[in-house]
Amino acid sequence: MNVKQFLAQSGMLLVFVVVVIAAYIIAPQFMSKDNMISLGLQVSSIGVVSCTMLFCLAAGDFDLSVGSTFALGGMVGVTIGNSTGSLLFGALGAIATGAVVGLINGVVVAKFKINALITTLATMQIVRGLTNILGHGTPQTAAKPGFDFLGNQAYLSIPLPIWIMILSFIVFGVLLNRTVFGRNTLAIGGNKEAALLAGIQVDRTKIAIFALSGMAAAFSGIVAASRLVVASNNAGEKLELQAISACVLGGVSLSGGIGTMSGTVVGVLIMGIVENVMRLKSIDAFYQLVVTGTILLLAVLFDKVKLKLLKSS
Amino acid sequence: MQCKRRAFRLSKLLTFHKISKGFSGVQALQDVSFSVSGGSVHGLCGENGAGKSTLLKTLSGVHQPDTGYLEIDGKKCQFRSALDALNGGVAVIYQELNLVSEMSIAENVWLGHFSTKGPFVDFKELERKTRESLKQVGLDVDPSTKLGSLSIGQKQMVEIAKALTRNAQVIAFDEPTSSLSAREVETLFGLIHELRGRGLAILYVSHRMDEITSLCDACTVLRDGKHIETFESMKGVDAGMIVNRMVGRELAAAMTDSGRDVGQDLLELRNVTGPGLVDPVSLTVKEGEIVGIFGLIGAGRTELLKAIYLGTAGQVLIGKETVPRKGAVSSIKSGLVLCPEDRKHEAIVPMLGVGENLNISIRRTLAKLGFWIAYGAEKENAVSFVEKLRIKTASLQTPISNLSGGNQQKVILARWLSERIKVVLLDEPTRGIDVGSKAEIYAIVRDLAKKGIGVLFVSSELPEILALSDRVFVMCEGRVVGSMPTKEATESKLLSLALPKGGAA
Repeated sequence: MNVKQFLAQSGMLLVFVVVVIAAYIIAPQFMSKDNMISLGLQVSSIGVVSCTMLFCLAAGDFDLSVGSTFALGGMVGVTIGNSTGSLLFGALGAIATGAVVGLINGVVVAKFKINALITTLATMQIVRGLTNILGHGTPQTAAKPGFDFLGNQAYLSIPLPIWIMILSFIVFGVLLNRTVFGRNTLAIGGNKEAALLAGIQVDRTKIAIFALSGMAAAFSGIVAASRLVVASNNAGEKLELQAISACVLGGVSLSGGIGTMSGTVVGVLIMGIVENVMRLKSIDAFYQLVVTGTILLLAVLFDKVKLKLLKSS
Repeated sequence: MQCKRRAFRLSKLLTFHKISKGFSGVQALQDVSFSVSGGSVHGLCGENGAGKSTLLKTLSGVHQPDTGYLEIDGKKCQFRSALDALNGGVAVIYQELNLVSEMSIAENVWLGHFSTKGPFVDFKELERKTRESLKQVGLDVDPSTKLGSLSIGQKQMVEIAKALTRNAQVIAFDEPTSSLSAREVETLFGLIHELRGRGLAILYVSHRMDEITSLCDACTVLRDGKHIETFESMKGVDAGMIVNRMVGRELAAAMTDSGRDVGQDLLELRNVTGPGLVDPVSLTVKEGEIVGIFGLIGAGRTELLKAIYLGTAGQVLIGKETVPRKGAVSSIKSGLVLCPEDRKHEAIVPMLGVGENLNISIRRTLAKLGFWIAYGAEKENAVSFVEKLRIKTASLQTPISNLSGGNQQKVILARWLSERIKVVLLDEPTRGIDVGSKAEIYAIVRDLAKKGIGVLFVSSELPEILALSDRVFVMCEGRVVGSMPTKEATESKLLSLALPKGGAA
């Protein structure tokens, strides 16, 4: 392996290392255990949603509805939780709701051949509307005790949401790399026609991807609601864009066929660290937007350069 | 005028100087040098993959040569883009025309050079100028007509008119007659003669030998990216001579076959039909038999193979058992597979590695419990096929798009050889493949047949049909119009069947 190939293949990892070192220099308290946990909590929702967004993007699609589904998941969970007194029923209800939203997305995209961007743009609005209807346009507090289990319980002094995110990284990473479903996903994004003629069930795979995406978003929503003990009707706004940004930052191709879980993890962490450090330095949120946007732009440019490097070597 | 033309004919208007160009491992062009005189039509011949298109693309600025350069009218040129080439006096008219079908003829002709009145487009002036240039190419249509409503022949005229408005000195045509009617071809040839009379240098790429011998004043043959010969005059040059240079004699031996025994009926089609097919098709392929389907482009050959593989209408039987017609998966399960014609769009997944591409179908079967990838077994499978079929690749991880066309095709064949197949459908199995790999692919196909597999393949190359098949069906305009044992077939017999009745192609 020559220098060029090394740079091209592990470039994002280098960037990650640089970001971590820079973060430490700028704000030494960055490395403290408390801050690590707060960083983990901060990216826990984006992390889970990015896992399934990776699948959508790898298959050459988008899912813009995840932010709304996240909110609806929380709202359904809290509503069911309040009426039954059971967090478990709430969580199951949330996941089922997410599955329904995802199935609708998947069927419309795969069977009716409607562009995923348009489809999920529509369901994004529908689901946000439903969330507001269900919550009467206001945040709903979880009234029953024990509802905060998913959000605030900790093992080995690491809160559950972080464990859930780590588990998602592993499960979806294995799914992508080690299962027929995962490899088919990349093949579909790489060349749909070829995948179809090679006997891959393209429609079924796509529907499954969207269903997973919906379930992950809704589950993530109930976890967040459990942590805050409240389901906000405005929760998860721009979550879809953050997840897409994290994936792209991690080298996932927007035209499909290229994507790794390790890249996605790095993407999620870079986005999180930058936000985290700026928060530590009490820099205004408006500046954070400018910086994260700039990083995204640079990452995409870097990707172009990377392809050129790989080609020339 | 006659005298002036002679003077033009003498000067070398366009010269290729030792042009070389490689793409990730494939040398598409190697030291190609020849000149085209002004006031002449220069034919460019070669098989698919010989480098004709790449040469045209270096001429039009799409590709930059790795070494070597172009000379136009004595000036050394380096075109970095299509715009550069246009400004340098070169226009290339591709098979697939680069026009905007939603805009008017006038807008298309002047795209990028609109006349303006202040900040506004001056449509009146635009249409006036366009009317003039349309007159030059003999096209009598209102310039405000939407381009999309024109026939392909007319669109070609618009493209030529566009070239003329940019003062092109060199116009290159890439297989311009492949989708034209006989009348349109005549009009086009008339126009090309006229352009030649004006002193332009015309580079004319075609597979049709009769066009090269009748239309061209000179002709260059490429093979495997190398310049083979330039005939400076077409006196005494016939199609046979050109084909000889195109193919190379040594190939003839590799192309012949020792023959095989054929067994029972294996594949049986009963009234199979689908989009693009006019009449339902019924035919049989025996065990170990190679059956060819010949026809011109648009005859419905690809559509027939797709209807067999993916369609729902009619019955398909393999060894007396009905194939459930529920798409690719059920066909593959029944042992029926298809290697599509358009390798790039329908067969390979470009960014994935050779191994991934090879195992894309068999992995369902290899996987543990049906979903857990068996990497070991997959690797073993890929390695064995890379060896068996002599696939040239750096590693199994190398993206398949880095391989040459021939090696890509071998990977696709290996994809299906991994499955337990009984019948294989091949659509133009050697399109865009260099001559050497072609012979190897033929050997693989014959090997399959020897093992008792039925082969049904489509080709638009007559020599390929004659060399490979035991029996041949001819299609024309969505119908099977004839069949015969290959022993009894000749090029002229097949071609006359394939040509649409009532008008030559």
